[in-house]
Amino acid sequence: MKTLILSAALAVAATTAFACETLTVGDLTVENAWSRATVGAGRPGVFYVTIRNAGTTDDALVAIATPAAKMPMLHETVIADGIASMPHAMAIPVPAGETVQLAPGGYHGMLMEMTMAAKDGDSFPVTMTFQTAGTVTVTVEVVSLRAEGPACGTNN
Amino acid sequence: MNSKLLTVSASVIVVAAAGAMVWTAVQPPSDIFAGCSTSSVAGAAIGGPFTLVDETGATVTDAQVLSKPTLIYFGYTFCPDVCPTDSARNGETLDLLTDTGYDAGVVFITIDPDRDTVDRVREFTDYFHDDMIGLTGSPEQVAVASRAYKTFYQKQDTGDDYYLMDHSTFTYLVLPGLGFVQFFKRDDTPEDMAKTVACYIDASANA
Repeated sequence: MKTLILSAALAVAATTAFACETLTVGDLTVENAWSRATVGAGRPGVFYVTIRNAGTTDDALVAIATPAAKMPMLHETVIADGIASMPHAMAIPVPAGETVQLAPGGYHGMLMEMTMAAKDGDSFPVTMTFQTAGTVTVTVEVVSLRAEGPACGTNN
Repeated sequence: MNSKLLTVSASVIVVAAAGAMVWTAVQPPSDIFAGCSTSSVAGAAIGGPFTLVDETGATVTDAQVLSKPTLIYFGYTFCPDVCPTDSARNGETLDLLTDTGYDAGVVFITIDPDRDTVDRVREFTDYFHDDMIGLTGSPEQVAVASRAYKTFYQKQDTGDDYYLMDHSTFTYLVLPGLGFVQFFKRDDTPEDMAKTVACYIDASANA
């Protein structure tokens, strides 16, 4: 049944801009998935998304997978005294009742060993695995390297 | 302590003292920029000579690169999150300055010379602004430039080509003949930065 709902959501999303699709898995709503164009081959890509937990149980994003990269990882950019470091995040918490953003300067998916050079206007799927809610596959819209987010109305 | 070491120490002190005098001599009267400053750096002399390699492969000095009021950022092109965001912001700042009639420059210096070739740095900077100058060099050349601006960088060695770098994210404003005058933080907007840079350019023109 879950699969059916997802398929329906995908079918609807196909008629609108990819990044503006909203998918639901369990208590979680996933939307606004985007990435930046990569600089040539061999450069890592990035994965940003918004996750809303409408339930009463804490969840966590524990893994991402995509055909666009051989080694996708979860990272967090930490800025301390003006110095940026990007520790590997084992899991990104999605507490009950809260919205978590993978966004520039914070949590993000780091797509190492890209299998494609992502260009503005491209899209690729990313399957997100949550500790409790299970998996959901979002379509990631690639925008310009200069962009700070996709053109999704209020989210822009 | 042997005499050779004493001599070396004495020379270092003399050079340091001479450096301090030069630094003091080129410092403008502090009140000129009093209305512009949004950051203060206590006691640290930021900026200094460097030799790096530009986007055409030519070796250039700080004097050649910093011929007009210039914003300098240290980053690396493998960086997917922070560096594109900051570089886009600096490019927008340059657009705002140009639109209001100010002649300024933006420089991106890689702190990852092992991977950032001349071509890669050029390709990266071209995404953010046609006039953004990308500089790389030997590890030693990059270290000299970084030390001059008191920036920090450290490789997180993973044993492969997918390592990440920890690095400073400040942007520095340097004026010709005057050197470093101001730094900007990650959360400064293009609008605020353009306003501050314009203030410094106006103040130095009226000095």
